Amino acid sequence: MREVAMVGAGMIKFGRYPEKGVHELAAQAALLALQDADMTMKDVELLASGNLYQSSAMIGQRIMKEIGQTGIPVINVANACATGSTAYREAYMAVASGAYDTALAVGSEQMGKMGLLGGGGGGGGGGISPEGIVGSGLMPAVFGQAGVEHMRNYGTTEEQFAKIAVKNHKHSMHNPYSQYQVEMSLEDVMNARTIAWPNTLYMCCPTGDGAAAAVLTTMEKAKQLTTEPIKVATSTLTSDPYTERDLTMPDVNTLTKNASKLAYEDAGVGAEDLDLVELHDCFATAEMLHYENLGLCGEGEAGKLIDDKETYVGGRIPVNASGGLLSKGHPLGATGVANICEVYWHLKGQAGGRQVEGAKVGLAHVIGLGSACTIHILQK
Amino acid sequence: MAEAETQGKQVKPILPFLHISDNPDEKPYLAGSKCKSCGATYLGARMACAKCYSTEPMEDVKLSDKGELHVFSIVHQSAPGIPTPYVAAIVDLPEGVSVRCNIEGVEPDPKNLKFGMPVEMYTEIVHTDRDGNDIMAFKFRPAK
Ligand SMILES: [Zn+2]
Repeated sequence: MREVAMVGAGMIKFGRYPEKGVHELAAQAALLALQDADMTMKDVELLASGNLYQSSAMIGQRIMKEIGQTGIPVINVANACATGSTAYREAYMAVASGAYDTALAVGSEQMGKMGLLGGGGGGGGGGISPEGIVGSGLMPAVFGQAGVEHMRNYGTTEEQFAKIAVKNHKHSMHNPYSQYQVEMSLEDVMNARTIAWPNTLYMCCPTGDGAAAAVLTTMEKAKQLTTEPIKVATSTLTSDPYTERDLTMPDVNTLTKNASKLAYEDAGVGAEDLDLVELHDCFATAEMLHYENLGLCGEGEAGKLIDDKETYVGGRIPVNASGGLLSKGHPLGATGVANICEVYWHLKGQAGGRQVEGAKVGLAHVIGLGSACTIHILQK
Repeated sequence: MAEAETQGKQVKPILPFLHISDNPDEKPYLAGSKCKSCGATYLGARMACAKCYSTEPMEDVKLSDKGELHVFSIVHQSAPGIPTPYVAAIVDLPEGVSVRCNIEGVEPDPKNLKFGMPVEMYTEIVHTDRDGNDIMAFKFRPAK
């Protein structure tokens, strides 16, 4: 496998764009990434496009109809919330394998009104959905239960989960790409209406549209383009192995633990070497679990990590300096690419008011239920 | 009843692993399958064992109607048409199987629910489908 470098990042502000087609949002992000890399579609040899809700609409090809139909191979990817990061991985693999020198990854989504309540359910007798009658398979309940399991195992409190949301909303104040930029107190978060206990409204990611893109090329070419190339040290993807309750209660932990172990081995770095982490905080409870799953602290120590504010920008290991999905938004197909772009900007020193000073190694994590987990580690 | 029978109407399970017998004296139960090779037990049927990959046909098992509350959430907002709040739970059965279910018979408040509390299954008709068949669901409640 060849060394791969990221040489361009582009993203549009997440939010509502009902007047636009999702391919237009995607094309906008693609152009921004290409401009950042000082390239045009002429330089791109493969395009990987991630989009979940319109996965049959050939979004990748429609992007090229907006910005340049060069006839190159296009892969359209769907992989739940890991859709964008899986597209990024396809671009990475294309370059790493030696088959192509330069590839473009684009993630995009238009969420409509239902957001994370839109999917799930299904499969009942006589067309009757079991949702809400036989428990819940929707994301809010699933991640509520996952947080409650952490409470059961380690005595984690509602307040500790809420503190994660306070941190991410505070971080968002410095991110112009964030859908929401509203600072909130612990009381604001805890007194908001409950969506699925223990997560309140401000502990759940908002629904919105968005797009992000990245340009990948060989390290050799990257060195000709820039004096400070950013290496993609690993692109790791896992699915869920057999665990006892997983068939009923989605296990969001094991596949992330497996992915982080593989990713650290592949990249030759450890959790202690990371300067920042963008992880999949679709709900505040999820971020708590992933502190441990990614090895940022020991088992059962995640509550203390947030109590001690170690995951704030300025703390020992800043997590979700972007404001996370909780503020930035979670347009499913765009999320995975956007997380990687955020890490890239920090390593380039281009993250503005939220910059993690001197960042050299960063990790981007995404999990899609069903399940798929990606971890990318970028290195200066 | 006679009218329902003449039109071929019946009681159907909301999920395929809720077993409803033709014999009205037999209580409905959750059907499982057990791998003969490694003993892993599943809710409903599996084509092969997800744990040990054995393709030997599995043994049918009748799962217990009593279990323990593993975890829960109180759902306050859901998709349109789904009444809230309610307790969305995961219950562990003694056969090593977990079940996703609602917990009824308690106010949906975390203080009324204890990890590991004993719960029991019951069934009720929750819907009538467009052909007039009754749809039966299983639910759990604190064990008496
Ligand atoms: Zn087996």
